[in-house]
Amino acid sequence: MSQGKQKQRSVARLFHAALDQTEPLVELIIRLCGWSAIFFVFAIFFFVIREGAPMLFGGLDLREFFTSPNWRPDSVVRAQYGTLALLAGTASVTILAMLIAVPLGLGAAVYVSEFAGTRTKEALKVVIELLAAIPSVVWGFVGYMVLNPIIIWATGAPIGINVLNGGIILALMSVPIIVSVGEDALRAVPDTYREAATAMGASRWETVYRVLFPAARNGLLAAVLLGVGRAIGETMAVLMATGHAIQIPHSFLDPVRTMTATIAAELGETVPGDEHYGALFVIGIVLLMISFVVNLSADLVVKGIRGQTSD
Amino acid sequence: MAFSYNIRNHMDGLYAYSTLSRNLHVMKARKIDLWSTAGLLMLVVFTGCPGSTDTAGGRGTDAGSGKLTIRVDGSDTMVNLAQAWAEEYNKSHPDVSVQVSGGGSGVGIASLITGVTDIANSSRKMKDKEIQRATTNTGKEPQEFIVGKDALAVYVHANNPLDSIAIDQLAEIYGDGGQLTKWSQLDTQNSACSSDEITRVSRQNNSGTYHYFREAILGDARDFKLGSIDQSGSKDVVALVSKTPCAIGYSGMGYRTDNVKWLKIAARPGDTPVEPGVATARDGTYPIARPLLIYTLGEPTGATKDYIDWILSEEGQKIVVKMGYVPTGDLPAE
Repeated sequence: MSQGKQKQRSVARLFHAALDQTEPLVELIIRLCGWSAIFFVFAIFFFVIREGAPMLFGGLDLREFFTSPNWRPDSVVRAQYGTLALLAGTASVTILAMLIAVPLGLGAAVYVSEFAGTRTKEALKVVIELLAAIPSVVWGFVGYMVLNPIIIWATGAPIGINVLNGGIILALMSVPIIVSVGEDALRAVPDTYREAATAMGASRWETVYRVLFPAARNGLLAAVLLGVGRAIGETMAVLMATGHAIQIPHSFLDPVRTMTATIAAELGETVPGDEHYGALFVIGIVLLMISFVVNLSADLVVKGIRGQTSD
Repeated sequence: MAFSYNIRNHMDGLYAYSTLSRNLHVMKARKIDLWSTAGLLMLVVFTGCPGSTDTAGGRGTDAGSGKLTIRVDGSDTMVNLAQAWAEEYNKSHPDVSVQVSGGGSGVGIASLITGVTDIANSSRKMKDKEIQRATTNTGKEPQEFIVGKDALAVYVHANNPLDSIAIDQLAEIYGDGGQLTKWSQLDTQNSACSSDEITRVSRQNNSGTYHYFREAILGDARDFKLGSIDQSGSKDVVALVSKTPCAIGYSGMGYRTDNVKWLKIAARPGDTPVEPGVATARDGTYPIARPLLIYTLGEPTGATKDYIDWILSEEGQKIVVKMGYVPTGDLPAE
């Protein structure tokens, strides 16, 4: 037993000695890992644009692309690549998801950070992190099998996989992100702020609303935008929960199809180089632009706020 | 630090564990996850790269096991059948491994065009454009084999009182510009569906069933009406219809469950509606039945040829019957 342990120790010592020797190498590898992020982002941009460019600059009717709701890539009459219905699908599901997730997520963040006792706090954090770990296909399955009949029963809608279903599922998927980032932001506010507010006679709610929210504005905004990012980019869950039907929704009970789901469902049958393939990549370019704009504006807003407060 | 842990993690048992665990718990669990996931991903990427694309009678041999691999892609309608064939074939030919994946006829044809599959299952015929593209791309002309027949059933919810429907009514429900949108327009009191609206369940456009149904119902010059609920698999269509009293959907005959029922189909208004079945599909009285096809690049050779010969033999066709489809030869159905 003790001999075995000794042996283990000496092996460990040898290993650590070897590690010291190789430290510069390890450092180089880690540095490469850091730089690789930048490389990958540019590589993805390059790849998506390269695949989409032939269609984008030749053959694609851009006016139809953005203004027509008719997405008929394999029409027997005339192939049409209109994405208005898909854009409307993505927008409607994302907006509904945020209407649900932002109040729910920020409320939960405030409760966890400011009101919950130590024990409740720990328990809640574990459960919320668990929520974040559920794979998106499982969420989709829940929407498809569980929420679908409930929505039909509760609203009398002809079908329960629709904007409402997708919105609820996406909201539940975004909440954990909003809660954990939001809670971090609130906790980062120094306790002296809370003490000062209490000393001024502010109630707990007034402290949250008037002191903590403005002080943690950057972090809370980041939390919300990360949630939006998750909602726009999500594919598998919305593919299953929204009904995957090409139409501009007139109510929350209409099925829709999102841009991401269209790419996921159709890319497999296309042959690299043909029109349909190119059109799907142009959708990919549009999605990249949207997330780029969201991230950039978030950055600018956060920087703006920082600029103001430092004055 | 994290990187060195990653190495250790994947070479478990090589290094002393007691020292490790001391270092371990100072790291956040999340980071460890990230690194081991990244490591796994790299492994998958490197080992998952396609090897030789030599298609001379199969994918070539797996390194190590010495097994001959035939890759089969395509039709979701046929995926259960193809799986059953593969399993049965493996019993008598343990040296050949047949790898089946679904995804839809369009997916199979796309892999045939790019030359990554040996056999493409399809529940629709290849278009001329696709045949041409495969020929120019790979230098070999696709060969077609009819391996069975399938009746396409039109499903409604079990509580729907409707019993039969005519092809032209289906066209007005599914076709672009069609006027049939309410169950009451079909003279039926679908009381389980309070909105009275016909919810169209369809397939995604990578599906051969989608293309066959469009051709059989709408002809070759009319599109589907947009706004249908497009499902990715045959099974999904039936599952959704079984949960949706307002829905109508189409799928293979073999996918029926207790919570749905299929409609009898009349070829023309006034004709006697015919129930889908092996016998009615075989004698042609049921109007929406289609051949199940297999495509290869060029005349099949070697293991692929043996496999297709076996599928077309009595032994292979017995499995077609067992899986609920119609065999090609004179085999007795059921």
